Amino acid sequence: MRVVVCVNHVPDTEAKIKIGADGRTIERAGVNYMLNPYDEFALEEGLRLREKFTGDVIAISLGNDQNKETLRKALAMGADKAVLLKDDGTRDSYAVAFALAAEIKTLKPDILLFGKQSIDYDNAQVPTLVAEMLGLPSVAVVVKMEVLEGKAVCHREIEGGHEIVQTSLPAVILAQKGLNDPRYPSLKGIMAAKSKPIEEKPAQPAEIRVEALGMRKPPGKAGGKILCADKAAVAELVRLLHEEAKVV
Amino acid sequence: MNILVFAEQRENRLKKTAFEAVRAAYDLGAQLGASVSALVLGSGSASLAGELGAYGASSVIAVDTPDLARYSSTAFAKVIATVAAQKKTDVLILSASQMGKDLAPRVAVKLGGGLAADLIALTVRDGEIVGTRPVYAGRALLDVRVTTPVKVFTLRPNVFTASPVDGTASVETIAVSLEEADFACVATDVQVASGRPDVTEADIIVSGGRGMKGPENFALIEKLADVLGAGVGASRAVVDAGWRPHDEQVGQTGKTVSPTLYVACGISGAVQHLAGMSSSKYIVAVNKDKDAPIFQVADYGIVGDVFEVLPELTEQLKKALGK
Repeated sequence: MRVVVCVNHVPDTEAKIKIGADGRTIERAGVNYMLNPYDEFALEEGLRLREKFTGDVIAISLGNDQNKETLRKALAMGADKAVLLKDDGTRDSYAVAFALAAEIKTLKPDILLFGKQSIDYDNAQVPTLVAEMLGLPSVAVVVKMEVLEGKAVCHREIEGGHEIVQTSLPAVILAQKGLNDPRYPSLKGIMAAKSKPIEEKPAQPAEIRVEALGMRKPPGKAGGKILCADKAAVAELVRLLHEEAKVV
Repeated sequence: MNILVFAEQRENRLKKTAFEAVRAAYDLGAQLGASVSALVLGSGSASLAGELGAYGASSVIAVDTPDLARYSSTAFAKVIATVAAQKKTDVLILSASQMGKDLAPRVAVKLGGGLAADLIALTVRDGEIVGTRPVYAGRALLDVRVTTPVKVFTLRPNVFTASPVDGTASVETIAVSLEEADFACVATDVQVASGRPDVTEADIIVSGGRGMKGPENFALIEKLADVLGAGVGASRAVVDAGWRPHDEQVGQTGKTVSPTLYVACGISGAVQHLAGMSSSKYIVAVNKDKDAPIFQVADYGIVGDVFEVLPELTEQLKKALGK
């Protein structure tokens, strides 16, 4: 079984976000980047599929040289090969998906795994765009999956429950937290990753369909009313919720 | 200019987010001089059409077939794109619900359009549609413009108000032919998690963190939630500790929520948590530590012990609400 996992290199969850000089992207200096957390679940699932069915796991990332750090981590966790689609510019989801789809087509995977979204732009659309571009079915926000002969049965999160979806293979699966517990790279894995290849090629150019006009910080909250705990405070809170906020 | 809204229904009931999307489309249409059509899919969907007129759709298109009784992203996307093309749609709007997020990218590709996802505002600036979307888990806002002739937008649930307008809609039933190959993936079953509203849909959320000290103490959270008819949320720390299911996690690696009221109990307010809930309209925080970051985003806070405050709050609200 051939598994392709797409991984993204994103600011870590604690990063302080500052607006960059261009007014449209963030200031990258001083921000730590890491493997997108949802992509770790995707990668782990891919490795487990290989362990069960044999085959190989190929990790792909689109971006600049810094993305190699994330690809090295994927290799250290156990991916067999990594591909960096190089692009120093800014792309929208469509342009990212276009270049990924073009590369993935040549790899002919049986299963294509992504994290359910990247925690930078939070678009949650690249995986499904790739699926549509490749004419493949997809299942999003998957917390449980089982691969059977020529098909997969997935549990996906929906509002208020889980939807069980059956899909033919090949398919695109979007991993959600809860799908598995990702392994830590072992020392042996980290050493081995150093000698595994990262293939570099230019990302295919594509049109931009969504243009960023301007980025800003969200408006801050005006100071709230803080009460000290006693029975009167609870009564006052109930009154505020009822009379001022009018929410209960 | 033609605006089409995909109005989501499940179990033959239109979702609140469908009304939100139709009303937002109506407001956009008023600025652009465009009328709004709504599309409902599924078995028995024609009977739902009338309701959408009251929120601003001037026409409703129903693809009412038992083939669409079960959700299939591949088949639904084909039907939506077919109808959108047939109706010469310029702007297609969906909710950024789990179904909308699943469909919008597919339909956008089929229509050759760009997709601006998960918008919290949709405005017209100098004759051009501008969407605003939170990025970096809400730590920044990005204004975007779709450059293609056909534009697709998804709207974050619970942000746009579903208030009715004085209107009625004409209803048209359209048949779209589907083949077996269109059902490459299909939902076979739905397992309902709990009787409580899901955090992404709840109007009120009561959420607990590490300050609750143990899974057994979430009974206090649940009691308060029951009085308020609220959903139950949890911080990442308590989900990772296995106290609560992941479905309830609010924050960057959980769900992003925008309820009218968010009650944070024993939650300190780590950056990841704030990212997921700071767009709530009113935030109440109960925490022992007066310096906890949660108080910086709270509209109302009580510095105190959750084990004393929560039972008292539950009692007083019960009385106030006559329960």
